[in-house]
Amino acid sequence: MTTTEPLLDVRDLSVTFARKSGPTVHAVDGVSFTVRPGETVGLVGESGSGKSVTSLAVMGLLPRRGVRVGGQVLFDTDDLLTLPRDRMRDIRGRDIAMVFQDPMSSLNPVVPIGVQVTEVLERHQRLRGDKASAAAAELLSRVGIPDPTRRLKEYPHQLSGGMRQRALIAMALACQPRLLIADEPTTALDVTIQAQIIELLKELVQDTGAALVMITHDLGIVAGLCDTVHVMYSGRIVESAGRRELFAEPRHPYTGGLLASVPRLDAPRGAPLHPIPGSPTDVLRWERGCAFAPRCPNRLDACTDGPPPLETLPGRRLRCLNPLSETEEVPA
Amino acid sequence: MLKFVVRRLLLLVPILFGLSVLLFVWLRALPGGPAQALLGERATAESVARIEALYGLDEAWYVQYWKFVSAAVQLDFGNSARTNRPVTEEMLRTFPATFELAIAALIFAIGIGIPLGYFAARKYGSWLDNLSVSGSLLGVAVPVFFLAYILKYVFSVKLGWFPTQGRDDPRIDADHPTGFYVLDGIVTGNLEASWDAIMHLVLPAIALGAIPLAIIVRITRASVLDVVHEDYVRTAEAKGLQERTITRRHVLRNALLPVVTVIGLQAGLLFSGAILTETVFSFDGVGRFIAEAISNRDYAVLQGFILVIAAMYVVVNLLVDVSYGLIDPRVRVR
Repeated sequence: MTTTEPLLDVRDLSVTFARKSGPTVHAVDGVSFTVRPGETVGLVGESGSGKSVTSLAVMGLLPRRGVRVGGQVLFDTDDLLTLPRDRMRDIRGRDIAMVFQDPMSSLNPVVPIGVQVTEVLERHQRLRGDKASAAAAELLSRVGIPDPTRRLKEYPHQLSGGMRQRALIAMALACQPRLLIADEPTTALDVTIQAQIIELLKELVQDTGAALVMITHDLGIVAGLCDTVHVMYSGRIVESAGRRELFAEPRHPYTGGLLASVPRLDAPRGAPLHPIPGSPTDVLRWERGCAFAPRCPNRLDACTDGPPPLETLPGRRLRCLNPLSETEEVPA
Repeated sequence: MLKFVVRRLLLLVPILFGLSVLLFVWLRALPGGPAQALLGERATAESVARIEALYGLDEAWYVQYWKFVSAAVQLDFGNSARTNRPVTEEMLRTFPATFELAIAALIFAIGIGIPLGYFAARKYGSWLDNLSVSGSLLGVAVPVFFLAYILKYVFSVKLGWFPTQGRDDPRIDADHPTGFYVLDGIVTGNLEASWDAIMHLVLPAIALGAIPLAIIVRITRASVLDVVHEDYVRTAEAKGLQERTITRRHVLRNALLPVVTVIGLQAGLLFSGAILTETVFSFDGVGRFIAEAISNRDYAVLQGFILVIAAMYVVVNLLVDVSYGLIDPRVRVR
């Protein structure tokens, strides 16, 4: 791992949604992490853990109405949260780009693919006409879309899901961003296509030297791709570590549970699966204790007395009063 | 595409045939006849019979129908019993008037409706939004003749800003080669006549356009509210595109799809004549002419006009379908 200055430095990020009825929701609460140039960072968690909201906050794409964003998001030396909207528009698509979850709905159905690629080039690189088209065709072929010149004239409904996601990746990489955020880019795709897309992202990130924030609930993707992993639960980071450390030695019971719940091909036939009991909606508010406590096998009485702090250990951050011991097997 | 258009146009044949039969039967089922209407209640039986013989109304209905159809395919619909001029001549006089009025009403409704609907959606929940929603409710609810009278009373009679009736000022000497008075003025270089025709159009167009305006505002607003939350708009934002590009290319192009359908349906209605508006403003168009033809049992005029209107309705709808294919590639016909 390099020791250069971080490219992205998220400090104490919090996002609250005000609701007309009921209390405000803390979707993201005191999240801090850094991304170094060229690094691949995973944000992992179940639905509702706040990982997507974190990425939207970094991009400045959260709705303005009823949403409060606190903390700092430093990119280079700019705090993206306080940047004027025009400056933020300049950065989006040029320095930071994003690939979204659902390629079926993320492309404009009534605009040709070509226009949707060239519009980024026109906006940020002032390319026009034939030059822009040629660059767009080049981009499409680079993400593995055959016959790119013909594809440029086609509309999204004429492309398969995998092809659309490739097209979206091409758009994101058009201006060689230094940071790419991928929000569950493979969730909506077939398994065979998933692997191809992940391979493609890995390759492109290596070629361009872009840093990648991969948001996923799929630990398989993390294992194959990420240098550093942050596990989120109910809006807070509960464990952060390098990929090796995390997989070899999960310390937070939630991380352990996630790992144990992945079905293993080498398990004997008929061996039971190990889901984490309960659902992500069985949470305790962090102010009253550990949000994971209602589902936690290692729960102590102290866990529900107050919020556990995020402690910094060697090579790891951990938010747990009774972690899995360093040598303990993953509970099975 | 061409195949699609041709197929749709061929559909006109059975539609017009069926309609002509219905019309024929319906008109003859009306109490009283053209002769009666022409001669008044106290006409003698002999004079009624003489008029009927003159117009061929004494023959069997299928003979009359055959004569009508064989002439109609050559665009000859006979003479008006009331004005005694050829129906086609009356069409050439009244259709341009109604077209001009309908186009003016559509320009008013679209020109105000789409921007208003768009801004109401973008400022969702603001005073502008509330005003446009309640305003459009009012627009649909107020009867057209009432609105027309109010407009005429306030802006023509009291304030004197606009003329009270007709299509042009008789004191202005103008030629009318096309029958579209605004266009005529431009073609003949008589801009004063054009301006005069526009001033005559303003109030009727507002009265006629009020309902389409209200509908367009509502549909645009609802549609924009849907589209701004679409994933592809978020993608466009993530690309850092300028706000105007996002609005034009990604929001409006999608949001206007349902609006186009509504505009097409409304256009069809407007072209078929606006009886109430034309009557209030003494506007010499299709609607007013048909209304008079009905009270005079003017068979030839009713048959001819209604068939042509039906054909136009089909053509306008065809145009809407074709334009729909142009803006939405997913429904493009191959």
